[in-house]
Amino acid sequence: MTTITHAREGRWLTRAGRWTVVGSAVVFLGFPFYWMAITAFKRTGDLYNVGNDPFVFNEPPTLSHLRLLFGQTLFLRWLLNTTAVGIAVVAVTLVLAIPAAYALARLAGRWGERLGIAIFLTYLVPSTLLFIPMAKVVAVLGLQDSLWALVLVYPTFTVPFSVWLLMGFFKAIPREIEEAAMVDGLTRLEAFVRVLVPISLSGILTVVIFGFTLVTQEFVYALTFIYSAEHQTVSVGVPIFLVRGDVYYWGSLMAACLIATLPIAFVYDLFLDRFIAGFTVGAVK
Amino acid sequence: MGMKAQRALAGALLAPAVLYILALVGLPLALAFVYSLGDVRVGSTGYRFVGLENFRSVLSSPTFRAAVGHSVIFTASVQAIVLVGGNALALALRRRFRGRGAVRFLILMPWVAPISLGAIGWKWILDSIYSVINWLLVRVHLVNRFDPPMWLGDPTLAMLSVIVVHSWRLLPFATVILLAGLTSIPPDILEAAAVDGAGFWRTHFEITLPMMRPIINVAVLFGVIFTFTDMTVVYVLTRGGPYDSTQVLPSLAFFTGVLGSDLAAGAAISVFLVPILAIVAWRMLRVAARAEVV
Repeated sequence: MTTITHAREGRWLTRAGRWTVVGSAVVFLGFPFYWMAITAFKRTGDLYNVGNDPFVFNEPPTLSHLRLLFGQTLFLRWLLNTTAVGIAVVAVTLVLAIPAAYALARLAGRWGERLGIAIFLTYLVPSTLLFIPMAKVVAVLGLQDSLWALVLVYPTFTVPFSVWLLMGFFKAIPREIEEAAMVDGLTRLEAFVRVLVPISLSGILTVVIFGFTLVTQEFVYALTFIYSAEHQTVSVGVPIFLVRGDVYYWGSLMAACLIATLPIAFVYDLFLDRFIAGFTVGAVK
Repeated sequence: MGMKAQRALAGALLAPAVLYILALVGLPLALAFVYSLGDVRVGSTGYRFVGLENFRSVLSSPTFRAAVGHSVIFTASVQAIVLVGGNALALALRRRFRGRGAVRFLILMPWVAPISLGAIGWKWILDSIYSVINWLLVRVHLVNRFDPPMWLGDPTLAMLSVIVVHSWRLLPFATVILLAGLTSIPPDILEAAAVDGAGFWRTHFEITLPMMRPIINVAVLFGVIFTFTDMTVVYVLTRGGPYDSTQVLPSLAFFTGVLGSDLAAGAAISVFLVPILAIVAWRMLRVAARAEVV
């Protein structure tokens, strides 16, 4: 009898503990996004009246901040810039990373393992260590204030991680599949391109999503290399160039943050488990 | 295919990626050291080797010394918050429950959102006049409405704000990594512990945490890198202010080397990131090596 009550009590405590933790985490982590959403639709008078309860609409909601954002700022341009850079960087990343990962997974043997780890470690070299010399490289190539500078430099952080992720994918595919294809008369290269790449599409898609996410998040290089407002990406354009002088257009700013965040959040969530597999460096089986 | 041909093919497939990394990571990395040992400014064409002169002048600057302290406090505090929070959250999310998918999506948002945009959201939350936090605090009579806390204007509070915002960004990442470690613990070990009468805390500290050591290592190593080398939160929230009270090494390197055009001093400051990076890389290698052996 007492053990049953104990167990019940224990279960109740566990549940209460879980919901306390989950509840406070959701409030802490989610609140800024709720705040962006409500700010984006509030009338200016409502936002800047200190007497108003800030959690509710004291005046009817409005679309004026969105209209300002899309009509009178470069926001749309920045979205397009980010997308263009993202596509180009992902393309470069795939061209460099797929063959390298395959070579490391299948052809290079023991030193392939080591080279793979060495490439992964370059992912740890941060932009804040490289930006000063990188600015020189960009200047020498005449790419200052051009989106091409970003296309050139961003693969420095997408390639290492992508090689690492793809190496894991290729290793998980049984060798027999290619060997069978080679017995059928394909060369190793053909077997790789025609057999292995098609069955690794989900791995390649993971790399595409990951690369694209990293491009939208990057801030330091874009801030360093790009001067003019028209050439910005979303992550620098919104926080730096949407502020005029000392005036913050909070309604439009928050709308911009939310619009730029939601699509990547959805896609990233779908591929989460694969990214984790990459980050855990084999520490989880 | 012969051994030789296979090696040639491996080389050909690897060459583009390796050459790219050498040219755009290796070369700039070497240049960072070269700059830090020379006399280079924007506009000047020559390079004069000055040995450790830049390091000497950087080390004698009070702003730099303060920035080292800020970087250490920033990194250590964020790791502490994120590890404790991430562990609690991972434990809470371990079992399936209704709505876990939605909760996971929400919880992940700060990590996926471009950090500069998340930070600008926080800048609005911490605004000097319209801060919603202050509105709440005034409502519950914790602060005087005529003298509300200036979250980004007071040196101590600004540091606290920067730490909280970066923890906000990193907590989701730590949580999902730790959750992966937690779910990899075989359930029968935990059941056996329960049968033996071990309670929650005892199981947690004597079984779960020791078994999660490798994965906790990974979370800390990435966390340290992502925090110690980050300047985005500081740049967007405070620009290093007020009075350089939130200036960290990467932001100081940016203000000195990029905006201040003193490339040599900027490079010297960022070179101070290298020891920490080297330690992390070495630890990471050990984690990877152990994972291979097992």
